[in-house]
Amino acid sequence: MQFATYETANFYDEMFLADGSPRSGARLLQERIASLPDGELLARQAAAERLLLQNGITFNVYSDSAATEKIFPFDIIPRIVEAAEWDWLEKGLKQRVYALNLFIDDIYHEQKILKDKVIPEALIQSARSFRKECVGLNPPQKVWCHITGTDLVRDRDGQIYVLEDNLRCPSGVSYVLENRRILKRTFPQVFEALRVRPVDEYPSRLLSTLQSLFPAAMESPKVALLTPGIFNSAYYEHTFLAQQMGVELVEGNDLVAANGRIMMRTTKGFEPVDVLYRRIDDDFLDPEVFRSDSLLGVPGLMEIYKKGRVALANAPGTGIADDKCIYAFVPKIIEYYLGEKIIIPNVPTHVCAEPRELAYVIANLDKLVVKAVNESGGYGMLVGPHATPEERSEFALRIQENPRNYIAQPTLALSRVPVIVNGQVAGRHVDLRPYVLYGTDIYVLPGGLTRVALKQGSLVVNSSQGGGSKDTWVLMS
Amino acid sequence: MERAENVSRFIDVNLQMMLDLPSGSNQQWRPLVSISGDDAVFTSRYATATRENVIKFLALDMENPNSIVSCLRAARENSRTVREAISSEMWEQVNTSYLAINAAASNPLLIHSPYSFFNEVKKASQLFDGVAEATMLRGEGWHFFRMGRLVERADKTSRLLDVKYYILLPSLTDVGTPLDDIQWAAVLRSASALEMYRKRHGHIAPEQIVEFLVLDHEFPRSIHHCLTAANDSLHSISGTPVGMYRNPAEQRLGQLRAELAYADTEHIIKRGLHEFLDGFQTKLNLADQCIYDTFFALRPIGASAPYRAGQ
Repeated sequence: MQFATYETANFYDEMFLADGSPRSGARLLQERIASLPDGELLARQAAAERLLLQNGITFNVYSDSAATEKIFPFDIIPRIVEAAEWDWLEKGLKQRVYALNLFIDDIYHEQKILKDKVIPEALIQSARSFRKECVGLNPPQKVWCHITGTDLVRDRDGQIYVLEDNLRCPSGVSYVLENRRILKRTFPQVFEALRVRPVDEYPSRLLSTLQSLFPAAMESPKVALLTPGIFNSAYYEHTFLAQQMGVELVEGNDLVAANGRIMMRTTKGFEPVDVLYRRIDDDFLDPEVFRSDSLLGVPGLMEIYKKGRVALANAPGTGIADDKCIYAFVPKIIEYYLGEKIIIPNVPTHVCAEPRELAYVIANLDKLVVKAVNESGGYGMLVGPHATPEERSEFALRIQENPRNYIAQPTLALSRVPVIVNGQVAGRHVDLRPYVLYGTDIYVLPGGLTRVALKQGSLVVNSSQGGGSKDTWVLMS
Repeated sequence: MERAENVSRFIDVNLQMMLDLPSGSNQQWRPLVSISGDDAVFTSRYATATRENVIKFLALDMENPNSIVSCLRAARENSRTVREAISSEMWEQVNTSYLAINAAASNPLLIHSPYSFFNEVKKASQLFDGVAEATMLRGEGWHFFRMGRLVERADKTSRLLDVKYYILLPSLTDVGTPLDDIQWAAVLRSASALEMYRKRHGHIAPEQIVEFLVLDHEFPRSIHHCLTAANDSLHSISGTPVGMYRNPAEQRLGQLRAELAYADTEHIIKRGLHEFLDGFQTKLNLADQCIYDTFFALRPIGASAPYRAGQ
């Protein structure tokens, strides 16, 4: 009964075909949900929410004097990815991360790709995310981006695109693990029957990746997770990952640079740390090198890092590869370094820094999504078709003032999934963020975070903009 | 957590005593505030020490940092900051209790019938203790956790005994009467000690109750037992052999423990129970401060560490 009134409404639906029948991988789930007695689906949704609350996976809403806590919205109907599609995605993600890493290493050394005029030099020079302090750095095994989160979307015709790369401190993986823990309790029979690829090994994979970074031959290098502290919105994830890996969680003032090592304060005095999984931005890492007013970092960290006496994940400077202008060049980057065609295509992107593209963007604002290059989290963007004429002309001025700071893409009709809204099942737009680890080899966590735009018709899935999440089930082949 | 539990025990003992007072006697609520050491905060916020005001202040007042709801909030926030060091079950337990007790605290009927609320709080704390006992690695984190809990418990057992001192008897001649017995029994019950006391000593007798709650080796809430175990944990953390000291924390706590080891009830009562307890609380606070200074105060690298382990 649950899906009787459900409409795919001319969008690509991740669970249903246009005629309303379930896709082959989703059939079992659809049957199971349809067979539940009245009210049972909602009861399970409520039980899942209660679990999240008990696990303290919450954020504060300061609407009145007493801060109330809310869970991050979570929907229990999983999103299913079939085996063949995932295998293709996995290959594409490995290709992309491998090439982007070569690009970062090149940019901070010989800059061959600029000399060969594949990417305009001016674009790098003007990039805020280019760190001159990182020129000549040699991270262990020449790997810079150890942890990557790549945002994928699907258009109306079923084609999947890479929407964005996140190579700095991508967050959200803790929700993948927690969502899975909850869904195993919510739909145990379907889960078992469908043979879903596991995600639980992520913490140990992450730990191995981090341990592989310490250059000196050591049996078990000391790893710590560096957090900005309890007021950071991802603090929950920091504690979660530290706990799951069994490593220390530290803040900047727990660390000091001394005798050429990074030392961690303990009750027994100071102990050296070999690898830092840092969840603070480059800007705040080391006040002697980056922002001098940073209280979050460790003075002298970069000096020790350069000497190879401590490893950092991700390496500083990786932000250059997720600059939204550089994004437009990723197909060329892959071709340049690997001699291969890009596997998962990019969304066609207009770089406003190019005068001809700028003119096109200004003339077609009503059809485009415009994004500020230096923003993330869904801030500083314009969804042209959903904006008023006033908003569009105001945005046009902003673009013309600083074209380097904007890119534009056609508005995709993002695919949808069924979501429980006000007791009914309704279609909402989604994306998918898989996580990629790069240590001695490249590993892609099967699935990733499925983010849902909970507002009807909305295309913005970020949690800061009213997005929720779902568990992602990648089926075994 | 331990403090929330103990505040519940205070209020509970008082409620029980008040119920047993002959009708027409004045209810005594002010002493509860004095015992918890928050007199100044109370007077700045409430006009009179009525039953309602005192329960509100000690149990539900978010502005009182030692109230039950404040303690639970602090316990949860602290657990959040050390989440990677404690087990998931401990975190879930403290979080679930916090949510449940907060919900119960907002019930307007609570003031009139608070017994089950205090019972909930007590159970939450005991559950947390049990989960920790069953899941935590017996490393440094565990020993800090245990030491903190036991120091708090020793302090609060001493204050619980003090409740009886403050509750003025109708007249001196009541000493040794059934009413006196009932009040002592309430003290024991609120320390979850009545049955164990009966096993040990049988009849209610003030000297033996003092003996039991202060000096007993085997009762888990007795002051002596708490300090012995806290002292063991302190030494497990530092690696210093028990009986020796290498830092002020070990010295102070060791002295206090030894004092109890060689004390006798007769002497304590002769000196005055209240004076003894008061002095004990002051010394325990000092030891507590030393523990903080030794292990948690930030020191620059190169400054001599307060002690070296394993030497």
